[in-house]
Amino acid sequence: MIRIIILITSILGLSIGSANADPKKIGFIYIGPPGDHGWTYMHDQGRQYMESQLGDAVTSTYIENVPENADAVRAIRKLAASGHDLIFTTSFNYMDQTLEVAKEFPDVKFEHATGYMRADNVSTYGARFYEGRTISGHIAGHMTKTNTIGYIASFPIPEVVRGINAFYLAASKVNPDIKIKIIWAFTWYDPGKEADAANTLINQGADILVQHTDTFAPCQAAEKAGVLAFGQASNQEDFCPNAHLTAIEDIWGPYYAARAKAVVDGTWSSTDTWDGMDKGMVVMSPYNGKLMPTDLIQEAVAMEIALKDGSMHSFEGPIYNQAGELMIAEGEVADDGMLAGMNWYVQGIDGELPQ
Amino acid sequence: MNIDVLLGVIQIILIATTPLVFAAIGELVTEKTGVLNLGVEGMMLVGAVTAFVTLVITGSYVLAFIVSILSGALMSGLFAYLVLILMSNQVATGLALTIFGIGLSSMIGKQYIGTPIQGLNPYFFVILSFIIVFLVGYFFYKTKLGLIFRAVGESHNSSHALGYSVIKVRLMGILFGGCMCALAGSYMSICYAPMWQENMTAGRGWIALALVVFATWKPGRILIGAYIFGGVSIIQMNLQAWGVNLPGQFFNMAPYLATMIVLIIISSNRLRIKLSAPASLTIPFFKGR
Amino acid sequence: MINFIPELEARGNPSTTMNFLVPVIAVILTVITGSIIFALMGFDPMFALHTFFISPISNSYGISELLVKATPLALIAVGLAFCFKNNLYNIGAEGQLTMGAVVGGGIGILFYDTSGIWILPLMIIGGAIGGALWGLIPAILKVKFNTNEILTSLMLVYIALLILDYLVVGPWKDPQGYSFPKTRQFGDSGRMPLLFSGLRVHFGIIIALIGVFASWFIFSKTMLGYQLKVTGYSPIASRYAGFNQNNLVYIAFIFSGAFAGIAGLGEVSGPIGLLYRDISPNYGFTAIIVAFLGRLHPIGIIFASLVIALTYLGAEDAQLFMQIPAAVGFVFQGLVLFYLLGTELLVNFKIVFRKNI
Repeated sequence: MIRIIILITSILGLSIGSANADPKKIGFIYIGPPGDHGWTYMHDQGRQYMESQLGDAVTSTYIENVPENADAVRAIRKLAASGHDLIFTTSFNYMDQTLEVAKEFPDVKFEHATGYMRADNVSTYGARFYEGRTISGHIAGHMTKTNTIGYIASFPIPEVVRGINAFYLAASKVNPDIKIKIIWAFTWYDPGKEADAANTLINQGADILVQHTDTFAPCQAAEKAGVLAFGQASNQEDFCPNAHLTAIEDIWGPYYAARAKAVVDGTWSSTDTWDGMDKGMVVMSPYNGKLMPTDLIQEAVAMEIALKDGSMHSFEGPIYNQAGELMIAEGEVADDGMLAGMNWYVQGIDGELPQ
Repeated sequence: MNIDVLLGVIQIILIATTPLVFAAIGELVTEKTGVLNLGVEGMMLVGAVTAFVTLVITGSYVLAFIVSILSGALMSGLFAYLVLILMSNQVATGLALTIFGIGLSSMIGKQYIGTPIQGLNPYFFVILSFIIVFLVGYFFYKTKLGLIFRAVGESHNSSHALGYSVIKVRLMGILFGGCMCALAGSYMSICYAPMWQENMTAGRGWIALALVVFATWKPGRILIGAYIFGGVSIIQMNLQAWGVNLPGQFFNMAPYLATMIVLIIISSNRLRIKLSAPASLTIPFFKGR
Repeated sequence: MINFIPELEARGNPSTTMNFLVPVIAVILTVITGSIIFALMGFDPMFALHTFFISPISNSYGISELLVKATPLALIAVGLAFCFKNNLYNIGAEGQLTMGAVVGGGIGILFYDTSGIWILPLMIIGGAIGGALWGLIPAILKVKFNTNEILTSLMLVYIALLILDYLVVGPWKDPQGYSFPKTRQFGDSGRMPLLFSGLRVHFGIIIALIGVFASWFIFSKTMLGYQLKVTGYSPIASRYAGFNQNNLVYIAFIFSGAFAGIAGLGEVSGPIGLLYRDISPNYGFTAIIVAFLGRLHPIGIIFASLVIALTYLGAEDAQLFMQIPAAVGFVFQGLVLFYLLGTELLVNFKIVFRKNI
């Protein structure tokens, strides 16, 4: 009974409003479970980092497995209505829902991952994952023996297409004979299907697997088949120790801590953040010394530094699309606008982009 | 296209379709006795999670499969009690079982999501699935007990009049179905994609239900149907990887359309019906009537 | 000693008392079982039950959300009653809902930059037509080819979902949507108006209530309803009475499909306003539970839809406050249906207690 009373009073108390001395409440909306060891896992790691950095100044909550439909409004709103000051919605398809709740709660701040629509109290943020693809591509170009790369893609959205293009550009620079075979799984998250796709690609001669889906099924398939793989979103070497070359890790912690601090200090404003290796939002997992030769590791590290300091860009011209048109001129780099809307393959990739 | 790649594709199809074979052959036995159990998906998921969790906790593969099969027996036993003793509506009860199974499996598996395990080689199970299909076929068409099972499915009242226990036969059929569905699930979480994720069967249970119909309730045809259903998806992936682009959705629709066509063909011919669907499917048996 | 195999005796007439009591008993048993489960998991049962059943509706927003969630369930369930009362097992409501959303939503997309008060009603009609036509397929197959409607309607669910998928990823994709699998937004005229500002309950609930009323009216006041009921109880009696059973099959599926289609359209034009891949969290299947829990009666269905909607909301709160997976809602739904189905026989049978010799 006491607990019920405490619960009710605390909910009421929090909705009335908190004084500046009280810890700020930071909410997270996850599309999957933190245990996926992929996308959501890394967001949760970011959340924990934020807590460790800010200590008593913040508390955090999360709701997981929030479906990407109208129900998300309720989940987001629940956080907004229960006294949360800052809410992170960690998937593109929460865009409309986030904006809707934001309209209703002008005093609550929202951060929408990988989106493109903002408001006074809605920021967007994303990571330049494609920079990590450049490095993986470079490694793959060197390490492949069959010159065939298997790419398990999810949906033909710009983020995924960017990744494929960046990968291919880097790989083909090192190895002009390289070919990418792409399977569109049309899911972010279906271990059976991802395993099938992985095995199909391996069967067609791919000796390195790359994925843009969320489970570690492809890397397990690679391990079983004795081929190599890149982990996705988090370091997945526990699942495929003999296949894992490196992984592109999404490091959200510093960004989350910075935004939470801005709310604590009262300096938060609506921004669009698209950081890459320069700000440490994209990080490569430790390179697998058992599989990669030392000089290749050194090249990869050098590339990381170059991407970080801007002396190298993932999309440096001249770049042609499949039809042979010049999309990026020599000496120029792709601007953010082109990157954000990228829906074409670079020249050299076979097959059509599903429309 | 060389023979190695082709063999590889066949291998992948075999591995991918084995869960369908297990679940479908189990459901076939259940339906042959005249009971429709729509709870396949739920039982598969519970089987998957119990196998996985047992493996993580005890490290024993054998124990994992045993516990998983027992869980399937329990779930289907619950179903049996409801539809056989309490004579509840089979369609609704089966659906309740699926929904319950989805929820239960998520709750059991919550803290084990993402735990790495050492997967088992799937080939043993592929072969096991062949053996079971063969045994079921032999059972139904070459043994007396199998004949009794079929009789109960065709006409429970006549079978009862002949002195056979309709309840016992159906109970056995339901339990077998439950064990097979659980086995299908455990194969998925231990061999096929060795992990536990919520809802990892992704609708395969419903496909298995369609498969039983597509196979016109004949065990051998389960294998053919499974390869068609599973094969369509794999072939589509292969075509993609070769650079051939088809609108995937229409390709994926093919098995469902095919099932409907089969349904139409076998149902429209009165004679064919008698040879195919168990006539007392979904009708509850009450001794008093 | 408790005898688990009850000795049953058929009643002369179905007991109306039991008809009311059975869902109540089922809910009570579910709550009890639920508190046992929570206790086993280490939670204080009272706290857990409160989180699950009370806290979601403890404010006006919560009640509004309950209605938003219950609306499609009630509407679909009331439509399903047309089929179930006639012993037609329409498992394909999810597909009919989807096609309703596709046709109605398609109209919304077509007129996205037009305004007019006629657009929304047109969309609703479109939704009804889409769902009705999709429901007509298993009906025709049953009448013409004697095909089992359970399996045909189920297969059509997958086909409908794939069609939606294809449209949303392909021809209907929003050209300004950065290639994401969603269509454009419907224009303002294509959205269900909100009833109260700040709350999400929208016009769809009015439609649902109209649907419930229409169903009640048809069943209790019209010849059609009478025919449907009689055919459900006894196909033989219906034949003797000269009712055209084939037509009844068509009509039952048309109503059922239309209601589901409108519910589907309501789901996309209400809260969100565009089409995307994942429009329904299995409402079509959950509505089957609602229909059974409500004993196929319009009033019962209204209550049942509220109860089931509460399990969804409760599951979300349980996730937030107790960190248990939202899937616990499914456990409750399964339980309530199990208890309902288990006790349902009390309507038609009496349990006889005889001393075992």
